[in-house]
Amino acid sequence: MTNFLLMRNEIILLVLILAMLILEVTTKPQHKKGLINVAIGLFLLHTILGFFPNEAGELFGGSFRTNGLIHFFKNVLNVGVLIILLQSADWLRDKVAVYNKIPEFFMLLFSSLLGMNYMISSGDFLMFYIGLELSTLPLVALVAYNSFSEKATEAAIKLILSAALASAVSLFGISMLYATGGSIFFEEIATNLQTSNLAILGMVFFFSGVAFKISLAPFHFWTADVYEGAPIGITSYLSVISKGAAVFVLMSILFTVLPALTEVWKNVVYVVAIATMFVGNLFALRQQNMKRFLAYSSIAQAGFMLMGIINAEELGIATVVFFLLVYVFSNLGAFGVVQAISSETGKENMDDYTGLYRTNPKLALTLLLALFSLAGIPPLAGFFGKFFLYAAAASKGYYLLVFLAVVNVTISLYYYLLPVRAMFLRKSEDAIPYFKNKVMMRAGLVLAVAGILVLGLYSPLYNYIVELSAGIL
Amino acid sequence: MNMDFSYTIFILIIPIAMFILLGFFYNKIKPAVSGWIGVAGLTAVAGMSYYTAYQYFFNIPKVDGKFQTFFGFKMNWMNFTDTLRIDMGILLDPISIMMLAVVSTISLMVHIYSRGYMKGDRGYTKFFAFLALFTFSMMGLVVATNLFQIYIFWELVGVSSFLLIGYYYEKPSAVAAAKKAFIVTRFADLGFLIGILLMGYYGGSYDFMELNNPEGPAIMNWASSSFMGLSVITWALILMFMGGAGKSAMFPLHIWLPDAMEGPTPVSALIHAATMVVAGVYLVARLFPMFHFVENGFALNIVAWVGAISSLIAAIIALTQTDIKRILAFSTMSQIGYMMLALGVSEYDGHDGIGYIASMWHLFTHAMFKALLFLGAGSVIHAVHSNYMKDMGGLHKYMKITSITFLIAALSISGVPGFSGFFSKDEILVAAFHHNKPIYFITLFVAGLTAFYMFRLYFSIFWGKKKEYEHAPHESPWSMAIPLIFLAIMSILPGYLPFTEWLAPDRIGFHGHIDYTMATIATLTGLTGIFLAWLFYFKPSIYPAKVSAFFGKLYKWTFNKFYIDEVYLFITKIIIFKGISAPFAWFDKKVVDATMEGIGNKTVDLSKGIKGMQSGKLQDYAFAFAGGVFILVLIVMYVM
Repeated sequence: MTNFLLMRNEIILLVLILAMLILEVTTKPQHKKGLINVAIGLFLLHTILGFFPNEAGELFGGSFRTNGLIHFFKNVLNVGVLIILLQSADWLRDKVAVYNKIPEFFMLLFSSLLGMNYMISSGDFLMFYIGLELSTLPLVALVAYNSFSEKATEAAIKLILSAALASAVSLFGISMLYATGGSIFFEEIATNLQTSNLAILGMVFFFSGVAFKISLAPFHFWTADVYEGAPIGITSYLSVISKGAAVFVLMSILFTVLPALTEVWKNVVYVVAIATMFVGNLFALRQQNMKRFLAYSSIAQAGFMLMGIINAEELGIATVVFFLLVYVFSNLGAFGVVQAISSETGKENMDDYTGLYRTNPKLALTLLLALFSLAGIPPLAGFFGKFFLYAAAASKGYYLLVFLAVVNVTISLYYYLLPVRAMFLRKSEDAIPYFKNKVMMRAGLVLAVAGILVLGLYSPLYNYIVELSAGIL
Repeated sequence: MNMDFSYTIFILIIPIAMFILLGFFYNKIKPAVSGWIGVAGLTAVAGMSYYTAYQYFFNIPKVDGKFQTFFGFKMNWMNFTDTLRIDMGILLDPISIMMLAVVSTISLMVHIYSRGYMKGDRGYTKFFAFLALFTFSMMGLVVATNLFQIYIFWELVGVSSFLLIGYYYEKPSAVAAAKKAFIVTRFADLGFLIGILLMGYYGGSYDFMELNNPEGPAIMNWASSSFMGLSVITWALILMFMGGAGKSAMFPLHIWLPDAMEGPTPVSALIHAATMVVAGVYLVARLFPMFHFVENGFALNIVAWVGAISSLIAAIIALTQTDIKRILAFSTMSQIGYMMLALGVSEYDGHDGIGYIASMWHLFTHAMFKALLFLGAGSVIHAVHSNYMKDMGGLHKYMKITSITFLIAALSISGVPGFSGFFSKDEILVAAFHHNKPIYFITLFVAGLTAFYMFRLYFSIFWGKKKEYEHAPHESPWSMAIPLIFLAIMSILPGYLPFTEWLAPDRIGFHGHIDYTMATIATLTGLTGIFLAWLFYFKPSIYPAKVSAFFGKLYKWTFNKFYIDEVYLFITKIIIFKGISAPFAWFDKKVVDATMEGIGNKTVDLSKGIKGMQSGKLQDYAFAFAGGVFILVLIVMYVM
């Protein structure tokens, strides 16, 4: 008897998508605003259900597999999406011109999330590729959600064309791996694969395709343009959920499918990590638009994550997952504040934040906390996340990499402090006046702040992740 | 027999709770209420201290004829090794209990007095909060069980002293004085800290009980280490004494004390006369067995001489000053010098421990009469709104209570028979006479000087020239008069308490008696001083001008406090700031900072330079993508 409950996360999501589709058809246009609360309520239920433990196992002859760590990570993605939905609710309700597109927003977002879930759970390259595309294509539509905005349309076109290129390269790489490994199933490839030039070429091509999703240098160029053009909710989805899922998948495929090439892909990761950290940080230094600023900051953060991957052992998995967790909450805290200010005033530039502490101290403190966590200032979560990554890389003797990472953290400290200086130390006559956030936005921000604080101060969580990672390899 | 002293923890908890209450809600609590909170809290603390003293000295039997040590509370705070650890606790032995009584009495009196003295001040509640913080810190210092605990509270009293000296923070001189006091004592505490660390390393313990045990390893093994001809333990003791000398304003670290008079007068009475400044004496007394046994009392000899010299210099300077609070400050320094030299000439056993007893006894009596002198001076300042003797005179008929209580205190400090100062000073002279003749003569001379300058002060304020006042001065309110009367009684009474039985270094004690030869000589010296002062100052006379003219240069030197402040200024401003700090600052600015800023600027430039790479054109992005894949392949295949 096949246990379809292993897939219950995906099944519920599918039900949600279909429900939204039916509601889309049956709800009168003037009532569609109410669907926001319905959708968020349903998703909250889905998130809570996710916390019930799931067994490990396989479905469809190994195409779909799940275990404790995968299930945990799906929960992280759920919580992240929930926060994004809460933060976007007011914007959807008040600012979006085309009200009858509201259910579409949820349908597309849930579809993308469904794709990520399948990608994470994939047991062969076919499932992986379907998941990858399912997660990307709805996102293109979401980036162009505000179809009256030229910037959004431009961003969507850039995304779809870049994504097509990346998919092609990635698929080409997968075909080479199939050619040398003789199978599309991960387990069989892992046993069959020998080191050969064709396999290495396949690995590099595959890596490049996924690196596009994580926006590692030099595959990152689309990032800033798309992040800036997209609605903020989608930007944070791209930078947090989409990136997180891709890092997780890349890591598990490199570790479990291509162990034969470990020495080779370590070199690739090494080079790309250094390039990404420097590119992200150096470009971030001079950004004025908060969305672009956070885009480059998230590129740099991805570079740090590679330090855990280069460890190539279970410790690496645990540190990367923990860092991702921290990154999810910190980034969502920062994006949440940007979203709140943008939907209230339409302002997105760093200069507009001048003197924010005097008028909106809570928002300013939230952004402060999120940026400090991203910069890795103790005792916030970000510090421990980075510390574990350093430890993971250093334990394998990559001292130069750790040193360069420290140099980059120093650079990043400079630009993370720029908004802080604007908010706290500078005075402005036309500071953004005080405003009160709506309930959902507040809930979204509180969740993010709670995450940052809890992760920094509550150590058993890291031990739990270490436990989950044990025995994966 | 009830020997449970666990309630003593409240002696610490009440003041700190008051500080938190008054400090955090200082703009919510009405001034009248905060004054009463302070007085009520201190009454409870004083009550518990007296009860503890009564229980300890009268009700608890001695073991082998010795007073025992009790712990009101003790917990292990940090462990370094099996033997080296830091505790937190409350140590109760004769001297700590005596100090509890002193601190709580003076603090209570100052609290009552301040309700009147500080009336109408803007920071009234804040003032009481600081007083509570100081009381807490001083109590913690007194009951410390080990060197680290005493050091923590030592710094806390330093902070409270800083806050209270700088209480009138809008006055530049007060701010400067607060900084000076803090920096000078902090500098001295550097020695203290090094001493503590040396003691921990070579003595193997921070605990007073273990260190002071005459058969313990710290004392027995002092000879096992040496540095520049002396035992390291001796060095540690000397360094610790440096901290004590800083806090107790011993020469040459005394320069902060006269300036500290910028603080409100009740503060001067509490901190800079009776309690905090005797912390150095208390520290030496606390470690007395170590000072005495290690290297045959080498460090103790230093203590004796530093005390004697300080006592002499301060008494001479006090002769010429005109600010009444500064005269009292130098007098304090001189009297603390007495306590130090008494400790310095003391032995450990039996009757030879008289110096130690005298020192502690004098600490007690001095606290009472010096606090009284300060509070009386405060009362006078309150009435005439000036610190200078030239603005005073003939005040006796306006302020009878202040005048009489001030006279009692002056008689007591001058060592006139019947007053408490007579008894304690007599013991000091006896101890000095039997153990160190040169110091005995210094002490005797200082006793004469003390009587002279003290009565110069008294006559100039309350008698002397008849001055016409714009507003007729009036007696201070009862809240200020009551502490004066109480302290006047306490300036007489403690002379008749059996301190020799209670405070002996070997804890056994003996029945004391007055040495009549000594007493007669000392009394005659004191009376001579008083007589001369009467001659000079009771009525306007030409003698003072003549004498100062006779001494000429010497008078000027003395008036300028021997230019010791100027020497310090030369050392700090010219030698340290210009000679040492300035080159370092240059290096830091031009080399270290410039390098760092250069790196920073180059990074920003680089960031500007590469901005063009993000063209916004999709075909460029695709090209970069393909190029990236190609380069990665090249690297993997051919480079690594």
